[in-house]
Amino acid sequence: MNKAISVGTQARLWYWQRLSAMVLALCVVGHLIVIMVAVRGGLSGAEVLARTRGNWAFGAFYACFVLACTVHVPIGLMRIAEEWLAWRSRGVVTAAWLFAAVLGLAGLRAVYAVVMP
Amino acid sequence: MTTLNVRVWRGNEDGEFVSYQVPRNASQTVLDVVTYIQRHLEPDLGYRFACRVGMCGSCAMTVNGKARWSCRTHVAKVVQGDALEIAPLSNLPVIKDLATDMTAFFDKWAAAKGQFKGATTRHDAFASVEPASPARKAADAGIECIGCGVCYASCDVVGWRPDYLGPAAMNRAWTLVNDVRDVVGTERLRAVAGDAGCHSCHTQGSCTERCPKQLAPTAGIAGLKRIVAKAAIKGEL
Amino acid sequence: MKRNDMRARNHAAYWAFLIHRLSGLALALFLPVHFWALGHAIQGEAALDGFLKLTDNPLFKTGEWGLVILLSLHMMGGVRLLLIEFRPWTGLRKDWVAFSLGAGLCAGLAFMLSLFS
Repeated sequence: MNKAISVGTQARLWYWQRLSAMVLALCVVGHLIVIMVAVRGGLSGAEVLARTRGNWAFGAFYACFVLACTVHVPIGLMRIAEEWLAWRSRGVVTAAWLFAAVLGLAGLRAVYAVVMP
Repeated sequence: MTTLNVRVWRGNEDGEFVSYQVPRNASQTVLDVVTYIQRHLEPDLGYRFACRVGMCGSCAMTVNGKARWSCRTHVAKVVQGDALEIAPLSNLPVIKDLATDMTAFFDKWAAAKGQFKGATTRHDAFASVEPASPARKAADAGIECIGCGVCYASCDVVGWRPDYLGPAAMNRAWTLVNDVRDVVGTERLRAVAGDAGCHSCHTQGSCTERCPKQLAPTAGIAGLKRIVAKAAIKGEL
Repeated sequence: MKRNDMRARNHAAYWAFLIHRLSGLALALFLPVHFWALGHAIQGEAALDGFLKLTDNPLFKTGEWGLVILLSLHMMGGVRLLLIEFRPWTGLRKDWVAFSLGAGLCAGLAFMLSLFS
């Protein structure tokens, strides 16, 4: 048992991860389509940015995608660390938060980078 | 082939597999094989059985890598050529040879609040439980567990997390959560929540695959996740 | 105590778990890199284009193809888990294990088609 987290919090982590999973299922379908379209004829900065620059709908979709990842990914990684690295302490929780911060900041920065006109 | 080449675990954790030659018969079960070895070849072989007809769950062992009831496992079904490998159940301390210490298994049953607690006495009217209600059907689907330990031995999460309650304990808790007469309530939900409980089940499904009574602890644990989530949202946890 | 080996794990639901966990791990490690790559666009189109040119080789494209497959597998496996956890019990949903593999295959083929068109 990871004594750093109460059972109430564990329950909430579970449903936040499932909720974000439901959001991500939709986002991933959308993203796979975008990938297939974008990759045609090779990737170039000009092509990518022509589609994304000033495209606020695109920006909103991908911002949402990033936020869902920020919730979903660290919780999953924490489980792997607890079970396969036997890392069960305050430390693994902190590491998960840190990773969430990295994903959130880097992800939103990337969305900004491609959408900002 | 008239002889079986049987490797049996001997010793405790620091033991080893020892080979025995056992005459092969028609309709022979793994329990027959183990009994033959103890009676004719290795008098101090330690193993458990009781009913030998698939009712008590005492004879659970690892046969060719999978947890099974040895009394209900026909040699013909599992033998590989003429080879059999018989080991104690996984995930439990080994006392001797094929006998494991099941204390942790039953302690976790208790820790999951796997006991019924009612609020009525013999002087009250009978409880009225609708057999076709979803709750009773859910309880009935898991009620036949005899605590044999096969699911517990088959679960990797039990191996990875020492305090993980395991499928049997949580299956029992699920049947009681669905029992309208039980009054333990939120205390039981608190007992089965968390990473020692239902939230560490990753739906590997080995429990459901191996249960000799075709129960589905995976289903019960999924149900516990839903009910615990509802309780957490309401602030009851 | 003795531990299980692959003989105890050789069934569909376990393979589904393993694929789901390993694909999730790979995607989790890939994400920060992906965000960093896209973030090049902050320095302008040329910066992003420069980076994309670096990725225009068979090794990289194979990696991208692998990631697309892993993403598809992880998503479909995840939908299977959501069904098991939130819908009435109908078993370990091995049909969904099959769909997931099919979807992964389709995603891989679609990506290759897009790449070469």
